[in-house]
Formats: sequence, C-alpha cells, structure tokens
Amino acid sequence: MERSVRSLSLPMSRKIAADLCAGDEILLSGTMLVGRDQVHEQFHKIIKAGKVLPVPLEGETIFYMGPAPAPEGAVIGSCGPTTSSRMDPFTPELLDAGLVGMIGKGPRSSAVQEAVIRNGAVYFYAFGGCGALYAQKVTSIVCLAFQEFGPEALYRITIKDFPVIAAMDSRGVSIL
Amino acid sequence: MKKKIGFGDIEQSVYNAVLKAGVILPEDVKAALQKAYMDEASSGSARESRSTSVISKILENLDAAEKMRIPMCQDTGMVIIFADIGTEASVNLSDIDNAVNTGIAAAFSDGYFRKSVVSDPLFGRENTGNNLPAVIYHQLVPGNLLTLQLMLKGFGSENCSGLVMLNPTAGIQGVISAVTGIVAEAGGKPCPPIIAGVGIGGTADRAMQLSKRALLRDVLDRHPDSRYAELEEQILLQLNGLHIGPGGLGGVTTAMAVKVEAESTHIAGLPVGVSISCWADRKQKIVLGEE
Repeated sequence: MERSVRSLSLPMSRKIAADLCAGDEILLSGTMLVGRDQVHEQFHKIIKAGKVLPVPLEGETIFYMGPAPAPEGAVIGSCGPTTSSRMDPFTPELLDAGLVGMIGKGPRSSAVQEAVIRNGAVYFYAFGGCGALYAQKVTSIVCLAFQEFGPEALYRITIKDFPVIAAMDSRGVSIL
Repeated sequence: MKKKIGFGDIEQSVYNAVLKAGVILPEDVKAALQKAYMDEASSGSARESRSTSVISKILENLDAAEKMRIPMCQDTGMVIIFADIGTEASVNLSDIDNAVNTGIAAAFSDGYFRKSVVSDPLFGRENTGNNLPAVIYHQLVPGNLLTLQLMLKGFGSENCSGLVMLNPTAGIQGVISAVTGIVAEAGGKPCPPIIAGVGIGGTADRAMQLSKRALLRDVLDRHPDSRYAELEEQILLQLNGLHIGPGGLGGVTTAMAVKVEAESTHIAGLPVGVSISCWADRKQKIVLGEE
C-alpha cells in the first residue's frame, strides 16, 4: 500500500487541526512548545489563580518532551516523546485555553478525547524512544519559562520535517 | 592465582558499559526488532503500514544514535545493577558501589545523557544532577569473579510495572492472565514492542526483583526448564493477541519476548511480578576477575 505523507506548518489554525484525520502520517515544520509534567502543573496553577500564562496558547502545539543535553556544536540532545497520559489531568483546560495540538506517545483519557472533539484539536503520536532521530529534526531551541526545572522547563523549538502520525482527531476517531 | 579487581577496573568498565548501553542496542534486541518488522510486514493486517512505519523509524533511530553518538532515547533511565560477587573474588567490597556510581556519573556527563534522578521522591524532587544513586542488588555467588549486569531503565515502561499476589491454586492460567492483564493495562504507554520480565515466587518484593533480573536474559534465548520455556511461549502468544502493536498503534507484535524467572515461595501464595522493558532494552554485562 502506498503511504502518503503530508506536510504541515506550525503553529496552525483550529480549522487546519480540525481537518486532520487519525491515521494521517505528517511531517511537521515550524515552531512549537515543549513541556511535560512540571510545565503542566505550573500552567494549571497559573490558570487556577486567574493569572496570565508565560505564553499565549492560541494555535500552539505542545510536545511532551524533556531533552537530553546537547553535545558541543549540536542544537539539542536526544529528544523523543514522553508518555502522554501523565499530562491527561491538565490537558482539557489547556485545550479550552487555545492549545490545538499535542505530541506524545501512548493513549489518552476519555476526558482528553472529549476536549479534543470540543475544541477541534488534534493529538499526534510521535515515535516513542526515537530521541536521536528527532534530534536531527530540531533547528533551534529557546527556553521560555521555568528554567529551574532543567529538562522539564518550557521551551520553544523550531522543527523541520518532524515525523508524526495523527492519532486522535476532532471527529473522535482514535488509532490508539 | 586470582586477579585483583581494583576500583579503577570497576569504574572504567561501568563507564564504558553505560555509554555503550545508552547509544547502541544489543544485537539480540536488534535482531528481535528486525524479526518484528518482517512479522508486521507479512501480517496482512489493515494496520500493517503503521506498524511497519513504527519499527522502521526505530531502526532509523538506532542508526542516527550510533552515527551522532547520542542516546537513542532521551530517557536514559535509572541505572539498575545486579552485582554478583564471587565469594572468592579479590575485590575490596567497599569499592564496588562507589566505583559503580563514579562510573555511572562520568558516563552520564560525557555521553550527554539526561540526568533524570531526583533526591527525594515526594518532597522537593530536586534533581541530583548526576543520575545517582543507581539501584544496586548484591548477591553472593561461588567463584572468584565479579559480574555486573546493568540496564538503563526508562520510566515510561517502569510506570507500567505490576504485582499480583495470586492464590496458590491459580495455576498456569492464573499466571498468564495476571501478566496479560498488566500488559493490556499498559497499552501503548511503555513503547511497544516490549520485553516482559516475569518473576514468579519468593515474596512480593522478591518477585519484582526477579522480574527485573529476567530482563537481563538474551532476548532470543530459551528457558533451560522446558516447563517455563513453554510458559514463556504461552504468555507471548497471549500478549501478541492483544494487538496493541508497535507504538500502541495496532499490529501483531506487542511483545518481542517474555522472560520468566521462578523461585521457591510460601504454601499460601503465588506472587507474580511483571517488569516491562520498552523496545530499547538497554543492557550490558561486565565480568571482572578473569585470568
């Protein structure tokens, strides 16, 4: 069977996210946020306190990842996805706040799926354990907040031809 | 004549082994992944294109890691060491843990491994900055060798571990169901295709430890006890019947292997511990003190 792989630019509009279909193989290029457990807990506290997040989430995609240190001369170290389900309790409120895409590995809760449908968002599967492969797809990285958490800080990265598979779409279809 | 095993011998060999473990997958695991690719490609499953995609990306990633000399996965894990200490080995016992830890810290720094260990599990969760301490299990064995078997244990898979205290009459079917239940619950979280380590017997803690030791075995070997070899095959069949598949996206390979280690237990119990390794089964074996 011939596989078609399409390209997609980040950040993306809600309309583009909502049109993606679970099972689509996609190469992402552009910029996205990076954050995992600590970023999610901090975001939750900020939203709960009615304060302003360090970065507006509208149109953003977040990659659940904590990088290994960059070797000399490299942009980033090994940087594959972490298990998404740990972010589940915090995810619906981020989607409701404008986040349109998430990238990680493994299944999501039904509450996340409902929030994906409600917001016309998308969850991408990134190839688990493939940190060296993904390091080749990152062209720049900058820390946006929570530097004290080291690899668990909030980053923005620029990527080129970053391979993912749409895993949960806005129509409620999931390949997980 | 016994060969003296010095601090530096332990430190240097652990340093080399950790660096290699993080970057280069052992040949047995690579062979199992290649077999999984063939199995997926010939499965005729509707999900074949996705499951082969996942494994081909894994193989591509292994090449990238070796070429760039960086870890194959950013989760370089906690280091678990099984230290089998020969009672006749010429080694200063107080050197072993210190040298092991020194070697690990140096490898994590020089290899651009992520430091993932926090000092207190609950309060503060401050990163120790050197990935120490390691989890070290000591065991006295006959002979004059010091054998160190280590693995880099990522926590995506470790979080999917499980323990079931079965009734003694639960039998083979009880064990198969217990393991299958834990793997089914894990789904795509532990980065399948996995290797399932199963510890049967002992006490609750001992069964878990055995399940880790089971993961050190060659993925392609066969249990020396034919009853357990058959049990491993039966469990593997059940796990692959779950169709979780590579990456959790469906397919015929949920597990590449099941390894069982069994030990004596109490009349009232049948403990079953399960440790899951992601496809990146990063293990190394060091033998010191050989002539």
